[in-house]
Amino acid sequence: MNDFSVKSVLKKNVMTIALFGIYVLFVVLALVFKSTNMLEPSIVSSLIEQNAYVFVLGAGMLMCMLTGGNIDLSVGSVVCFVGAIVGLFSVENRIIQMPLSVPVVLLIALGVGVAYGALLGFLIAYVRIPPWIATLAGYLAFRGLGTQILTKASETNALSLPNTVASGELSDIFSGRLFETDWGVMNIPCVIMGVVGVMVFVFITLSARNKKIRKGYQADPVWYVAVKLSLISAVIMFFTIEFSFDGGMPTVVLWILGVLLLYGIVTEKTTIGRHFMTVGGNAEAARLSGINNKRVMFFAYFNMAILTVIAALIVTVRTGAANSFAGQEYELDAIAACIVGGVSAYGGAGTVIGMVVGATLIGVINQGMSLVGVDQNWIKIVKGLVLLAAVVFEIVSKKSKEKSSKIQTKKSSSAEDEIAKAQAEIEKAIKDALDETAEPSAESVVTTES
Amino acid sequence: MAKVLLEMNSITKTFPGVKALDNVNLKVEEGEIHALVGENGAGKSTLMNVLSGIYPYGSYTGDIIYDGEVCNFHNIKDSEKKGIVIIHQELALIPYMTIGENMFLGNEQGSKWCIDWNKTYAEADKYLEMVGLTDSSKTLIKDIGTGKQQLVEIAKALAKHAKLLILDEPTSSLNETDSRALLDLMKKLKGEGMTMIIISHKLNEVSYVADKITVVRDGSTIETLDAAIDDISETRIIKGMVGREITDRFPKRHGVEIGDVMMEVKDWTVYHPEFSERKVCDGVSIDVRAGEVVGIYGLMGAGRTELAMSIFGRSYGIGISGELWLRGNPVTLKSPKQAIEAGLAYVTEDRKGNGLVLSNSILRNTTLANLKGVSNGTFIDKDKEYEVAQEYVEKLRTKTPSVDQLVGNLSGGNQQKVLLAKWMFANPDVLILDEPTRGIDVGAKYEIYCIINDLAKAGKSVVMISSELPEVIGMSDRIYIMNQAKIVGEMKASEATQENIMACIVGVSGEKNYADGEGSEA
Repeated sequence: MNDFSVKSVLKKNVMTIALFGIYVLFVVLALVFKSTNMLEPSIVSSLIEQNAYVFVLGAGMLMCMLTGGNIDLSVGSVVCFVGAIVGLFSVENRIIQMPLSVPVVLLIALGVGVAYGALLGFLIAYVRIPPWIATLAGYLAFRGLGTQILTKASETNALSLPNTVASGELSDIFSGRLFETDWGVMNIPCVIMGVVGVMVFVFITLSARNKKIRKGYQADPVWYVAVKLSLISAVIMFFTIEFSFDGGMPTVVLWILGVLLLYGIVTEKTTIGRHFMTVGGNAEAARLSGINNKRVMFFAYFNMAILTVIAALIVTVRTGAANSFAGQEYELDAIAACIVGGVSAYGGAGTVIGMVVGATLIGVINQGMSLVGVDQNWIKIVKGLVLLAAVVFEIVSKKSKEKSSKIQTKKSSSAEDEIAKAQAEIEKAIKDALDETAEPSAESVVTTES
Repeated sequence: MAKVLLEMNSITKTFPGVKALDNVNLKVEEGEIHALVGENGAGKSTLMNVLSGIYPYGSYTGDIIYDGEVCNFHNIKDSEKKGIVIIHQELALIPYMTIGENMFLGNEQGSKWCIDWNKTYAEADKYLEMVGLTDSSKTLIKDIGTGKQQLVEIAKALAKHAKLLILDEPTSSLNETDSRALLDLMKKLKGEGMTMIIISHKLNEVSYVADKITVVRDGSTIETLDAAIDDISETRIIKGMVGREITDRFPKRHGVEIGDVMMEVKDWTVYHPEFSERKVCDGVSIDVRAGEVVGIYGLMGAGRTELAMSIFGRSYGIGISGELWLRGNPVTLKSPKQAIEAGLAYVTEDRKGNGLVLSNSILRNTTLANLKGVSNGTFIDKDKEYEVAQEYVEKLRTKTPSVDQLVGNLSGGNQQKVLLAKWMFANPDVLILDEPTRGIDVGAKYEIYCIINDLAKAGKSVVMISSELPEVIGMSDRIYIMNQAKIVGEMKASEATQENIMACIVGVSGEKNYADGEGSEA
């Protein structure tokens, strides 16, 4: 396992490499076909801002999936419902004449999450309703409920958040920029945050490695650490510099980082995370090892509901309105991010960082294809194929890994072949789609600018 | 000399990095029972997979000559057409289908488009009679015991017009009565001209049933013993398997002082969770002292596992009544968590089903029952965890490249060691070991016995549940005999013999009872 040959390191990080490759591919394609520079600050920050909800929901979905491949189908509808509640209480409308203050609205939204999460967790963990059925009920009911509220409250079936809310307090919390400056001017606080971030990251990595060496454990080789540190630092600096020319660090980035760090630590470093993995890996073994399976299931869904509220606030504030079609297919985006990110569809295995790579990969494909001018329907087709390819890849590579470590495989080279094949498939699928649609969709340019 | 039905000549099968089979030769004569023995990982199953076409022609070198012709099987269908049928260790029957449906799965009777159910069931009954099964072919598989299911597998093979039947560990999940019945059926089939290859770890069964025994070790055939000429005693076979003579199968414990009563169970009664009127434990009273190894012998379905799990934080059964005393104090344990905290450990008989998380590493499995031992309650100290896992790998001599190895990739014996490590790290006072050596090879068994002795030396109380009589007699200080949910006897190991233990069981049930097979699914 502790194999640091170049081949095995590449194999382990194949999705990240695929992400880099596809990103570069789209940058080139966009430049060649549309003379659009995908590296432009506004486009880069919109990639993050548009996909913020996927990262947040993905973290929750990851926890659900860890418990045994369970999913939550209701998150999209709950996003719509929470948005409707936020709109209802913060805008003067046909039902509520006196808008409430922002803190109260936030408390109400959180209350909705707590109540729904507790109910859902109870039904799934203690009444033992299969998760997909319990959440399918939520999927239907909350879409209806949200739409109903909006229909009753407004003639247009939507509640636009007034400036005091959309660009006021609520906006400061969930949207906008930190220490905002003009577009095109380097935002110094943002760059400082990036530099500090890199320094903290380097320091933590090196001190953990030193501790390992001091205690006499096997530490990662120097070249590996050096490459890892410089690549990740480069990514951090890339984003902060891009953000710095687009008015500053988007506030939502802090939310994303907060959620990802929290869940990264919980899944990797705590006993709670271990409990989730074990319940998904073998529920009976977990129970007989003194783990309270029911409590784990309860918290998986309770937690999902809380994160859904956060995602709903981010999305509602960003769009500046509560809509009846808000949050459509969000649950599927979160599930897809997890699956593409290597989270086991059967539970027991998966990492936050994997989910992030998966979410970004899908986000890049979305944005890149739109910029290149591919038709929305084709984007869906490609996303479907990518999802499928990721799962096929996971299962095939797991199989060949199992076989080779049990020393029962037929051909040793199959794993590499399969990786190459899977990558080729992804690229071919994208190219095919591009070729076919390059002509007809030339006029229907879809911009991702918001 | 009888006709040679099957000849496998210099079979070599290479997996990356390792020769699983190295120049293996096997000769099977028509109408004989040929046993294949060897430690886990010796290559027995690989050889049978080559023979049955699971590893297709071309992926190995060497010749298979069957019934006088060279055969190149590309898949299982090819070999089945020739009459070579393999019955795998894990039964491949579908619980909610009838016996008849299962028997003709993939071999449906009738025309291509329409199954002739009358013919199916008539044929099924015919073959069931041949294997001595009286149940109707319309019974659902889930309603018959594992012993009968194994017979259905054989009937299914017969229905495929098998000429060479390969049985991979056919008795591993059967109790002694059912095992005996199966072995006798094999002898009967032999009388009717069937040729069989049996893979088994149970050497007493091999000696009982086999005409020839081929020993496989490290991917090579070591020797073939002929029951008619050679000595085929268990010690002789073991010598061939491990390459040395194991003079003492059960290591002795020296200088272990047996202390005070550590755990006592009084009048323990447990009901079945689904059939709530059925008692699975009936007024059971047992005790175990510090430093003592207490054996519980009983046939499968006697209620041993149910007893152990119900004691372990009521993890099985309903309507549990009776008293549990630990270190002289009465306790109530309502969950496995409480049981672990009170110093109990239950090492399951089903390590894959509810013991280990196969998709996790050795490291994670080792610390699972005692995460507090490697954390501050919330954050896991990964370095310490690594240290602990490494320590147990060395202590129990688990064979693995690293503690990050997934448990699913280990052999049975090494998995059992990881399971033991997990519970040893939980630092219990009382360990209940449920069939600790099931399905593992002779060498690993010996190592497990040594671990049990070390535990006793460390002052732990060990309750060892087993259905292998020599093991119970060889390892225990004291033995309880359990049958039909009750303790039917207790004796010191020094006074115990296979005969008087069996007498306890027969004395209660009054007759050799074949009904136990039905109880065993519980």
